Amino acid sequence: MKDLTTIALNRAQLLGATYADVRILTAREQGVSVRNGVAQEVNTVSHAGFGVRVIIDGAWGFASSATLTPTEMETVTAQAVAIARASALFLRARVDLGPVEAHRDVYRTPYRINPFDVPVEDKLTLLLETDRRMRVGPDIKVTSGNLVAVHKHQFFASTEGADIEQEIIETGGSIMALAVKDGEVQRRSYPNVFRDQHTEGWEFIERLDFLGHAERVGNEAIALLSAEQCPSGVTTLILDRTQLGLQIHESCGHPTELDRVFGTEAAFAGTSFLTPDKLNTLRYGSGLVNLTADATTPGALGTFGYDDEGVPAQRVPLVRDGLFVGYLTSRETATQLARLRGEDPALARSGGTMRASGWNRIPLIRMTNINLEPGTWDFDDLIADTDEGIYMETNYSWSIDNLRLNFQFGTELAYEIKGGKFGKLYKNATYTGITPEFWNGCDAICNAEHWGVWGVPNCGKGQPSQTAHTGHGAAPARFRNVRVGVMK
Amino acid sequence: MLNHNDIKDLLARALQRSRADETEVLYLGLDEALTRFANDEIHQNVAESNHALVVRVAQGKRVATLSTTDISDTGLDRALEETLDLARLQPENPEFPGFGPPTLFDETPLAYDEATAAATPESRARAVGEVLRYALDRDVNTSGAFRTARYDWAIANSHGLYATTPTTLADLTLVAMTPTSSGYAADAAWQVGAIDVAARGREAVDKAVRAQNPRPLEPGEYPVVLESYAARDLLTFMGGGASAMGIHEGRSWMSGRQGETLLAPQITICDDPTNPALWPMRFDFEGTPRQRVDIVKAGVVGDAVYNRLWAGKLGVANTGHGLPPFSPFAPQQAMGGFGPMPMHLELLPGDTPLEEMVKGIERGLYITRFNYTRVVHPREMVVTGLTRDGTFWIENGQIAYPVQNLRFTQSYVEALQTVRAVGNAPQRERGYFTISSAPALCLEKFRFTGTTGF
Repeated sequence: MKDLTTIALNRAQLLGATYADVRILTAREQGVSVRNGVAQEVNTVSHAGFGVRVIIDGAWGFASSATLTPTEMETVTAQAVAIARASALFLRARVDLGPVEAHRDVYRTPYRINPFDVPVEDKLTLLLETDRRMRVGPDIKVTSGNLVAVHKHQFFASTEGADIEQEIIETGGSIMALAVKDGEVQRRSYPNVFRDQHTEGWEFIERLDFLGHAERVGNEAIALLSAEQCPSGVTTLILDRTQLGLQIHESCGHPTELDRVFGTEAAFAGTSFLTPDKLNTLRYGSGLVNLTADATTPGALGTFGYDDEGVPAQRVPLVRDGLFVGYLTSRETATQLARLRGEDPALARSGGTMRASGWNRIPLIRMTNINLEPGTWDFDDLIADTDEGIYMETNYSWSIDNLRLNFQFGTELAYEIKGGKFGKLYKNATYTGITPEFWNGCDAICNAEHWGVWGVPNCGKGQPSQTAHTGHGAAPARFRNVRVGVMK
Repeated sequence: MLNHNDIKDLLARALQRSRADETEVLYLGLDEALTRFANDEIHQNVAESNHALVVRVAQGKRVATLSTTDISDTGLDRALEETLDLARLQPENPEFPGFGPPTLFDETPLAYDEATAAATPESRARAVGEVLRYALDRDVNTSGAFRTARYDWAIANSHGLYATTPTTLADLTLVAMTPTSSGYAADAAWQVGAIDVAARGREAVDKAVRAQNPRPLEPGEYPVVLESYAARDLLTFMGGGASAMGIHEGRSWMSGRQGETLLAPQITICDDPTNPALWPMRFDFEGTPRQRVDIVKAGVVGDAVYNRLWAGKLGVANTGHGLPPFSPFAPQQAMGGFGPMPMHLELLPGDTPLEEMVKGIERGLYITRFNYTRVVHPREMVVTGLTRDGTFWIENGQIAYPVQNLRFTQSYVEALQTVRAVGNAPQRERGYFTISSAPALCLEKFRFTGTTGF
């Protein structure tokens, strides 16, 4: 691969690039799934290609190809240069990448059992038995389960001297039961319907214990058919860690992306309410709220060695004791922010969050693992301490505005909390709020024993679209004065 | 990118080298370029040349699928052997309908435009530049993306089916912003020349200018005029309910209601792959001829769309709405299977100009676009989302002033039961891998459940 990366970098410099980087990626992904007791087609995706990013006359160009040959390297690099020259036709400020990042290293995901070494028959056996166990009654109309294994092998090199090899392994899966009766439709999934995914091996699937959860998933789907509608009103809300993970993703992760803040995602995803004047001044949440972007969390889906600009993985505080203190940054935006704040741009280091969904996409600022640090509460004590409220679990729907202020989430399941105990089961639970008001209402977070990371393998951003893999650590937490029951 | 003969040869070689009982090969190639701009400059400018060969083999009723970018003979042999090995490990799939019957399709392209395929970074930059200049003159910050692409799709199987087509697509999205407002415009067409970039730019910029300094508005139920962009959201969700899979499984708004008069008589929704104004296609990704399907006809819930699996399971005719088993360009996206899906949705136009709709409202809202819409409950198609890029208060038949964005939580089924008027000017827009078209809608009531403060 070194020969190929050298061809691209030399060609770019000969054509006048002041900076160039190249990523060569080979990837293999395997999906095994079962639906309604029938094994679906096992599918394997194997792809390889490269992308070249150049700066010419202060402007960016990028081109990519699935044909991995020396000739194509030359052709595509020249194409990237031509594209950069077209970008320069409408340029306001020359790209400044700040300090040089010239790391030479190798990173490999630590794992115990390679998920590709687990026989397909074993995977199908697990899913078929799980599927059978979820079918607890005639009202279960759809059952499904899936397992995913990912292996990505990437080489990154830049004209600054970076030379990084990374091998990432991911393993994920989920199961779901859908109950339908008399026009009512209720879903229950585990760990969630999108699939939980980690940078771990098959040991992650063993830990998920689909077989142990299958019957519960089916029973809960059926119970929801006859559950009461979630009441409407303002109350105390306790969220489980998976729903809280998505709450963090949407209302903290996305608005702290500095490219959104600077308006470069305005046409698609939107911008952010966390404008630079709010840095170190906005009370984002209560004093209990500590949020961190941590690309080093062991096993989490947003964990890696280096981002796709060759910047090392880091742990960056975003909210400290409730105060908004940091952004997710790239080399370019970190420099822009420093300049805006009157700091020396030559010292502005990227937080290492530039990630591309594949060889055919440019890196964008993406979440790594955005974690809510654990608090001090035991979960049983938290419920016992709550006189009246609602407990919600597992995401069903999610929506948030383009500044990331007004959100509304639905969950698969909810329980009344009365007198410190769980009460009635509710269906179609929803809650809504405004981001800083919601997080300032946080008055309890469970402790490290209840904390875990949850992978989001479907985070969309960018044009052309990219799907990122992010992680979110959280423990159940309590929020006061939340509006619930916005269904009708 | 491979040319027509290369593709034909590749598929023939793959079928010839396969040792499986049945083999299907699908070639997906693309040359796609996108010029993206924000803050009055081009900041992301990209090109992609990509291809994948999706191999499906069946050994009896044991089926497996593999996608590869390695299309050398060695790569083909490896892919075919591995897929066959995987198929042998599978239990029999009693639902497998077999691959498509021998069919030879007309190879004349239906939607191919050389100017679109040959578009350059300079031509896209020049078009975008007109928008940037117009916006700068008005102190408006614009951002957006202008994409041109050529796609090659071809499918062949061991039964003798062969279908191939090159096709092109261009699409534009624009968001114009002032410190207190934004505006939006979009278009999509298979001929880049059919997109009037400058006109769309004026539309977005002028909207942003008019929407400045919005006033707060209390949530509640209001009559609404939905511009075509907002109306398209209703079309997308309602049309998505036409999948035979969702209907059969009881989770679609159409489940158990086919033949029933459910929506207002002005509402007709179809999926029309033959309409040259959208993105016409002869065959689906299983090699079945695509057919027009009337999903709602004058308010009456109509037909579902089918692929080979669901047509076979339910014993009905296949309408040609099959997707690839998964997207090789976005792996992991199709776990569990999409089922059949409409790709050419149209909400048929009525005869009411937009201005007439506004004149007919005493107190209500004018909405450019919806954002981040998600299903809260599928059966009644309850959806939540927000207004974006230009929301206005209508009073006494006139647009009175801009208002801050609102959240809605609304059953789209109920919304389409109280239709005052359907617009006479449909607007195209690109979805994930589709083009759809909707006119403006005037609805009796729409339920807003929250505010944003901006």
